[in-house]
Amino acid sequence: MTAPVAPPPASPTSAWSMYRALVGTGAVCGLLIVTAYQITLPRIERNKAEALERAILQVLPGAATSRTFAWVDGQRFEPLAGPARGLPVVHAGFDAAGALVGVAIEGVGMGYQDSIRLLFGYAPATEKVIGLQVLESKETPGLGDKILVDPNFLANFAQLDVAMAPSGDALANPVRAVKHGEKREEWEVDGITGATISSRAGADIVTKSATVWLPRIRADLAAFSAGGDR
Amino acid sequence: MNEAAERDAPSPTDEFVKGLWRENPVFVTVLGMCPTLAVSNTARNALAMGLATTFVLALSGAAISAVRRFVPPQVRIATYIVIIASFVTAVEYAIQALSLDLHKALGAFIALIVVNCQILGRAEAFASKNGVVVSMLDGLGTGAGFTLALACLGTVREILGSGTLFGVELFGAGFQPWVLLVLPSGGFFTLAAWLILFNYFKTRPARRAEPEAAR
Amino acid sequence: MNDEALSTIFINACLINNFVLAYFLGICPFLGISNRIETAARMGAATSFVLVVSSLCAYGVHHLLEAIGAPFLQLTAYIAVIASTVQLVEMFIKKVSPALFRALGIFLPLITTNCAVLALALFQTNRGYGLVQCLVFALGAGAGFTLALVLMAGLRERLELAELPGILRGTALALVIAGLLSITFMGFAGLSG
Repeated sequence: MTAPVAPPPASPTSAWSMYRALVGTGAVCGLLIVTAYQITLPRIERNKAEALERAILQVLPGAATSRTFAWVDGQRFEPLAGPARGLPVVHAGFDAAGALVGVAIEGVGMGYQDSIRLLFGYAPATEKVIGLQVLESKETPGLGDKILVDPNFLANFAQLDVAMAPSGDALANPVRAVKHGEKREEWEVDGITGATISSRAGADIVTKSATVWLPRIRADLAAFSAGGDR
Repeated sequence: MNEAAERDAPSPTDEFVKGLWRENPVFVTVLGMCPTLAVSNTARNALAMGLATTFVLALSGAAISAVRRFVPPQVRIATYIVIIASFVTAVEYAIQALSLDLHKALGAFIALIVVNCQILGRAEAFASKNGVVVSMLDGLGTGAGFTLALACLGTVREILGSGTLFGVELFGAGFQPWVLLVLPSGGFFTLAAWLILFNYFKTRPARRAEPEAAR
Repeated sequence: MNDEALSTIFINACLINNFVLAYFLGICPFLGISNRIETAARMGAATSFVLVVSSLCAYGVHHLLEAIGAPFLQLTAYIAVIASTVQLVEMFIKKVSPALFRALGIFLPLITTNCAVLALALFQTNRGYGLVQCLVFALGAGAGFTLALVLMAGLRERLELAELPGILRGTALALVIAGLLSITFMGFAGLSG
């Protein structure tokens, strides 16, 4: 058996070769990421816009078209043309004749498992919530995620009373989730059995979001009439 | 066993197939499990996650193999991680473009593919020492084994836990699903069950050879 | 801007949605290292430290990327930050307490691939937490992780003396225990109202 041959002495790794490897890899990878981003961006934006449009028309029954409005300078609504870019927005729905059906408002809050994002439709004329759709949730499958599809739960939000208090800066009666079957008032929501926390979260998110947006909408209602052109 | 391995150098097909059974990443090495359990509550999610991981495994294996001669040992982990992260980012955007629904279901776990011990492990153990094509096959094989394991988990959890498969109702309205299985604990139990089954079949030859005198 | 209460965030991360038992994060160390209570506690402490530091760094990185308009670099930037944080923590511990460094040994570099650390950064970004909320979230996650690890180690220490069928030993058993622990922790649901 021959004696093992000693490996040739390794040349010391130069700083140059290390920089070259890191920077070179970084550059190529950066190129890959940016390319992927640019290629997929239009498709992703389109998907998101379509999904939002579908949700808006669903929470505002009777609406045929929608338009996004941004809350500008803390005092008025202005129609928004391009992407939101961090501005707070709501979406107004108009029927075929161009009359205002209602305003779709987003709400976010913590559910049982993770955040819940939902959209609800508000009709200023009757001061009621007329529809609700859960946009994003990671609630427990089979239990909490019933808030997404349970028809009885969603029916709660077809005619939900969200009248303003006389002071004009809060709801007269906050939306509250009660045990299934115990709904007595128009501002209560029949919770889903076995999904108490998710149901409660849904109601709380609506209350919170309404408390913020309803005063604003009522303050500048004129912005929404006639299809949005003042 | 060592001489046998040295005698026949593994063919490219071998590299692919070993990932499926002998060195199945989930059932044998039990690594890279974070995403395995979290997204395997429906068959569709499990399959999508498996395919995404396979994609990253194969491409990063090839890429790392391609640059292996230019990367000094001191910076190799950093380089590998950057390469893997880029592919994962690309995959995440691809999934988002293909199906927003799927992206919402998988959530942050797509991004977590980057810290899947499997990928870095294969890169270190194999791709950094072998050719591009073989490395890609190795990545595909490991990914296929991973997807297979995920599919097993996802199918069982979805059928018994929700009564559906790929969203299609299997049983009638009277079926009481075993909800526990789609909860996190169910993930642990289902994987344990598959592991026990896998171990049983793996140790069967050894146990058969054991003489009765062992009793 | 997320307006969750700090106590809710902490209890949520530590008990209700425990990172290991509910989100399946950090499984590799959970199953591989939890054989001795002392080791588990040390690993938990080291991971908590890394969680807090990388959470704060991730917060900064996220806002920096938003400012320069490069959201697609988020993942790469986060993982780079985490790897560097682990490196720094390693050097820091080595300097401050060589005994602790020796005790932790190989565990420290392993924290880099701990899904929990990256997941923490991603979750806090997705939920839009502010700086203090991030900090509390990281503390809660670390506490929960340590808790799960120590519980698992304690149970496994006891089980080493038990008679078990061959095919059940090892990881399969650890998974069954983890499943039972997960069910137990489900009892915390509703704790934050």
